[in-house]
Amino acid sequence: MKRALWTLGIFVALVALLAVGLRLDPREVPSPLIGKPAPPFELPLLTEPDKRFSQKDMLGKVWIMNVWASWCPPCLVEHPVVTRIAQSGLAPVVGLNYKDARDDALPWLKRNGNPYQLIVFDANGRIGIDYGVYGVPETYVIDRKGVIRYKHIGPLNADVVKQKVEPLVQQLNSGG
Amino acid sequence: MIPELGQIALALALAVAIIQAVLPLAGAANGNRAWIAVARPAAQTQALLVAFAFGCLTYAFVNNDFSVAYVADHSNSALPLHYRVSGVWGGHEGSLLLWTLMLGVWMTAVSWFSGHLPEEMTARVLGVMGIVSLGFLAFMLFTSNPFDRQFPPAIDGRDLNPLLQDPGMVIHPPMLYMGYVGFSVAFAFAVAALLSGKLDAAWARWSRPWTTVAWMFLTLGIALGSGWAYYELGWGGWWFWDPVENASFMPWLIGTALIHSLAVTEKRGGFRSWTVLLAIIAFGLSLLGTFLVRSGVLTSVHAFAVDPKRGIFILGLFTVLIGGALALYAWRTSRIGLGGEFAPVSRESFLLANNVLLVAAAGAVFLGTLYPLLIDALGAGKISVGPPYFESVFVPLMAPALFLMGVGPLARWKHTTIPELAVLLRWALAVSLAVGLLLPLAFGQWHALTGFALALAVWIVATALISLKKRPRGSRAHLGMVTAHIGVAVFVVGVTLVKTYESDKDLKMKPGDTVSLAGYLFRLDQVTNVKGPNYVAARAKVLVTRNGEAITVMYPEKRLYVVQNMPMTEAAIDPGPTRDLYVSLGDPFDDGSWLVKVQHKPFIDWIWVGCLIMALGGLLAASDRRYRVVLPRRRGAEVTA
Repeated sequence: MKRALWTLGIFVALVALLAVGLRLDPREVPSPLIGKPAPPFELPLLTEPDKRFSQKDMLGKVWIMNVWASWCPPCLVEHPVVTRIAQSGLAPVVGLNYKDARDDALPWLKRNGNPYQLIVFDANGRIGIDYGVYGVPETYVIDRKGVIRYKHIGPLNADVVKQKVEPLVQQLNSGG
Repeated sequence: MIPELGQIALALALAVAIIQAVLPLAGAANGNRAWIAVARPAAQTQALLVAFAFGCLTYAFVNNDFSVAYVADHSNSALPLHYRVSGVWGGHEGSLLLWTLMLGVWMTAVSWFSGHLPEEMTARVLGVMGIVSLGFLAFMLFTSNPFDRQFPPAIDGRDLNPLLQDPGMVIHPPMLYMGYVGFSVAFAFAVAALLSGKLDAAWARWSRPWTTVAWMFLTLGIALGSGWAYYELGWGGWWFWDPVENASFMPWLIGTALIHSLAVTEKRGGFRSWTVLLAIIAFGLSLLGTFLVRSGVLTSVHAFAVDPKRGIFILGLFTVLIGGALALYAWRTSRIGLGGEFAPVSRESFLLANNVLLVAAAGAVFLGTLYPLLIDALGAGKISVGPPYFESVFVPLMAPALFLMGVGPLARWKHTTIPELAVLLRWALAVSLAVGLLLPLAFGQWHALTGFALALAVWIVATALISLKKRPRGSRAHLGMVTAHIGVAVFVVGVTLVKTYESDKDLKMKPGDTVSLAGYLFRLDQVTNVKGPNYVAARAKVLVTRNGEAITVMYPEKRLYVVQNMPMTEAAIDPGPTRDLYVSLGDPFDDGSWLVKVQHKPFIDWIWVGCLIMALGGLLAASDRRYRVVLPRRRGAEVTA
């Protein structure tokens, strides 16, 4: 009887562990960049090659940077979510077009819509290295002082936006 | 229309499963014969309904019905027909349907081959299986319906994961699931025995062939999975201690322990409580494997469908089924009794040691698999446990088990003496030591561990031959046991030799370049572009010679599957009984040269041949006469009933 209860006890502990495990995401790799200033860059815009943009232009605003490429199917998956964020007016969304070609990226935007306030063009992926881009898509939340506060690897989904991105942006906007 | 019919069939199957889960168990509890009689027809009806649903999904795949969301996600009009059929189980929903179908196959088999069992026992076994089936059907219908339609229909499908577009993957999941699900029969027998309170030798005899057949399928399934990883992932590895692999290996280890423990329960009436517990754990680990693969709590190279919401459902199912069985076990275990006594040196004690070692090995794998999750749950960071851990704990546990494998079958039940064993075994010991000392020299390099492992392999074969000589007209069960043990020896030889003597080279090659490895000369002749049905590829032509004599021409490919934009390395393998040559093509350089990996893998095919022999042993053992003689009697019984 005693031995059998031991077995039950181990089983209950296992179930508890698995239940906790369900709420964790093994893909959530902590980024060393969180809490650090966003790496500086100055890049031409995708749509208007003669204009340039730097992360300094956004100082004083809470903003979202979304790394995408036309060759990346998951970007297409998350595109409606990005579009919804941009339309909700939560924060300006800046696109970083990563290791892409203009001739591919522009038709992609035409087909799927362009939710971005502006898009910078990182053709050789130099800026991606500074930001530690693991794989496209990735999304960063950057605060008024230009400090990275959150990073999401992989396609955004409605849950992540609701539970992580929205509360964080609202908190940062209300003076946090 | 057809998908809706499949949907209706699944809903009906759920209704039948409810009846099957309630009436036979209730009938067996209060002796209602009419309710007991429901068990068999209910199981068969349910299996037919699920098979019909499976046919409907296959039909949707074959006819490219992209209005069904699951088909659109896992197929494409350019996909060849055989992969459209195997695409049925290429994703989460279809895998579940396959799982349920396998359960239906097992239930039908139980309903056919249970004529010799008391009717209450059959009713309880099928009732418990009905509960399992009920859980999975509800899971499928409420969280992962394969027949969900989407509107508007997709113009074309998103294609099957290119990793799964492989002949090995066509049969690997059905085999693996036959094994996983097969342990549900042993589980159902154990729970039925706990319910009835009759855990005797007869119970062990009834569950033995089922357990052995399930174990055989699981062995084949794991071997196919490993073979698939070997040639499809393109790295030349055959086992990675990946969570998904471990998920199938843990039930295998416990299942192996269970087979041996059942032998003691049948022959000597011993280990009863322990055998029941193993039966519960074996199926529990099968469910846990399903949970780990399907919920995404662990990262893995091949966790294909991941959704935490589904994880909660499987976890609930796991808790109810296994928690319920363990609670029943805790409640009833005091009534089970202990069985025959045995001396410290006896076949029982050797089998007990075998059980302890196998369970400890499963425990070590379990710990290594769940440790990253535990650390993460405690908020202590992200880690991964790799092959060094598994190898360093697994090898020391398996070495004594391999040694005992030679002694156990020759020891007598109840009591045996060491001098008696020594007389029987001295030649085997001498031969295996000699081979262990000398054989590695034939390969040019002597390693202590290699010699030791080879000695163990020879030891197993030599003792198996002694045991055959001692019982020349032994039963098929005995022959099966000997065969399976020889399979283990073949497997050990393969693992040892490939681990010790494999060699490889990574290099940049231009057409015309040559590289030599283990006496073979590889020349890259040319790289051409080829077009497949749903991919484009660069195909290299590699000429292999040895001492100027042409051996073979190999064609490794670097493929790009266009729909999912996914590159794949398609290695070229020249298999042979004493070595595989393995060439894979890496990335091209700007100057027209390619990254090429050539590998020489001595005796690697022995790994899978060993698994095949083990499975054959299982088949032989399960087809022993004493499990079969009951069939004619059953027909007679039905006529008179």
